[in-house]
Amino acid sequence: MMRSISTWVAGLIVLIGCSNQGPDTGAGGTAASTAAGSGAVTVGLSISTMDNPFFVALRDGAQAEAKAAGINLITVDAQNDAAKQIAGVEDLIQKKVRVILLNPTDSDAVANVVKEATAAGIKVISLDRAVNGAEVSAHIASDNVAGGKMAGEFLLKRLGGKGNLVELEGIPGSSAARERGEGFDSVIAGKPGVKLVAKQPANFDRAQGLTVMENILQGNKDIQGVFAQNDEMALGAQRAIEEAGLKNVVIVGFDATADAVAAVKAGKLAATVQQKPELIGKMGVDTAKLLIEGEPVDRNIPVPLALVTQ
Amino acid sequence: MTARQKETLQKYGPFLALIAVCIGLAFLSPNFLSVSNSFDVMRQVSINAVIAFGMTLTILLGGIDLSVGSILAVSSVLAAMTMKGGHGAGLAAGIALLAGAAMGSLNGVVIAKGKVAPFIATLGTMTLLRGAALVLSNGSPISGFPSQLFAMLGGGYVARLIPVPVVLMLAMFAVFWFVLRRTVFGRHVYATGGNAEAAKLSGVNTDRVQILVYTVSGAMAALAGVILTSRLDSAQPTAGAGYELDAITAVVLGGTSLAGGRGWVFGTLVGALLIGVLNNGLNLLGVSAFYQEVVKGSVILLAVLLDRGGKT
Repeated sequence: MMRSISTWVAGLIVLIGCSNQGPDTGAGGTAASTAAGSGAVTVGLSISTMDNPFFVALRDGAQAEAKAAGINLITVDAQNDAAKQIAGVEDLIQKKVRVILLNPTDSDAVANVVKEATAAGIKVISLDRAVNGAEVSAHIASDNVAGGKMAGEFLLKRLGGKGNLVELEGIPGSSAARERGEGFDSVIAGKPGVKLVAKQPANFDRAQGLTVMENILQGNKDIQGVFAQNDEMALGAQRAIEEAGLKNVVIVGFDATADAVAAVKAGKLAATVQQKPELIGKMGVDTAKLLIEGEPVDRNIPVPLALVTQ
Repeated sequence: MTARQKETLQKYGPFLALIAVCIGLAFLSPNFLSVSNSFDVMRQVSINAVIAFGMTLTILLGGIDLSVGSILAVSSVLAAMTMKGGHGAGLAAGIALLAGAAMGSLNGVVIAKGKVAPFIATLGTMTLLRGAALVLSNGSPISGFPSQLFAMLGGGYVARLIPVPVVLMLAMFAVFWFVLRRTVFGRHVYATGGNAEAAKLSGVNTDRVQILVYTVSGAMAALAGVILTSRLDSAQPTAGAGYELDAITAVVLGGTSLAGGRGWVFGTLVGALLIGVLNNGLNLLGVSAFYQEVVKGSVILLAVLLDRGGKT
């Protein structure tokens, strides 16, 4: 008997939970009716994981913009699991949202469900990570090439246009490493006073950034500037440079993690390039709105970056 | 109410709860009861249900299988590597299932012959096999399989309506139902789980039963891995993490006792559906991801807690 009571109670709890939560979560409007889908336009957002502050910020940006635009935004969390993401996107398709903002857990694994959405007449916009193997209406991500350029220009300015530079690269073949490197290299290429004395991968890892920089310093201590393609490597390199007793080396990182921003404030790093996840979310909602209104949108929408300096 | 009526009500409690939740959701969300949504939910449930059918057997024995998520990953990677090697869907699925069974039997042998507690043994293989999946795949996903037949396993439809994974799930349910209800092996599982000593004394080869049960659990995890790989068109070495807990939840919600010897596979199917319906319904209602976890956890806790209370 107890079990049947328990399961009934459990069912009841769910229903109470639902009816309490439903209206609150819709970002658009104030009336409960928006959540039921009458009136306001509904847009879905599938986030790869809410365990990472970067993606939480992305969600917050989208949520705020949706509220301002009177759009009802439904967010589903994939918890870094491709299967959970597919289930969530299918639920959004069933919900008949107009546009799905998709932040893939894995670029390859979401192709099938993007096709499903397209077949159901729902437009898909990819955020931060691209989709391989299926067409999306637009891809919105940080402009890593511009970020690399920004870092290069900052280094040149601080060094007065001359000096020996080191570049620490991320995981070979990853899009972030490729694009950040491309931007940086394009700025320093052909500058007469500048010499790139070493360009080696340290796989976005702090410990590897330390050892790779140590090895470089074994061969050449005459170094004025370092560009690391992420902050972890920059902080590792900073450690190696400090231990080698070198002063006045200008180090630039990428990502503006909390550690790196603190290091910039303390004068250990010169700068770090900051991505703007809130802006990615906001631009996602803006682009969704354009699609719903039948306006044309760009296939590739780069999101600007900022430079954090002391 | 007679004792018999009480027992019947207790047995079908989870099923009634599922119906109650469905009725509630049908009123709250206009999309919920549509045919396409119903099949979507069942397809989403199929992977967990298939794993949970195998898990039902291990729990009926009073054991547990924590390694199912890792077995799923290894099988998935092996199937992908087979296809990347230029072989067909049949061979890929066959190798995955055999590998799953082999990994499961390793669990069974360690537990039955090595006299290691199932929790510890499968905790060990869970970690070991996750490592194996990463080693085999070199840590990165293997994606893009040309075989149309393989794509059917996760993404195809029977009669243009029923998703293939749902058919596979229902077929497996029928097999498990039959084996547990109608075969000697099924009776031996209940007997061993209820009282291993007594079963042994009455001539049941309990070691053999244990090894077989863990082998089946491994094979079911591999089947789930094949479905998932097909569905994603990608094998991910990190896939399946946490799936053991989803499967255990389905089994326990379905009324199978963690102490062993008591339970049924119908309850597991209902338990898996209940979780799937909750996930789907909460998404359709637009409930925030954070609150969803709170709601699901409360449901599990309440169902199990009150269930335990009734036993004392």
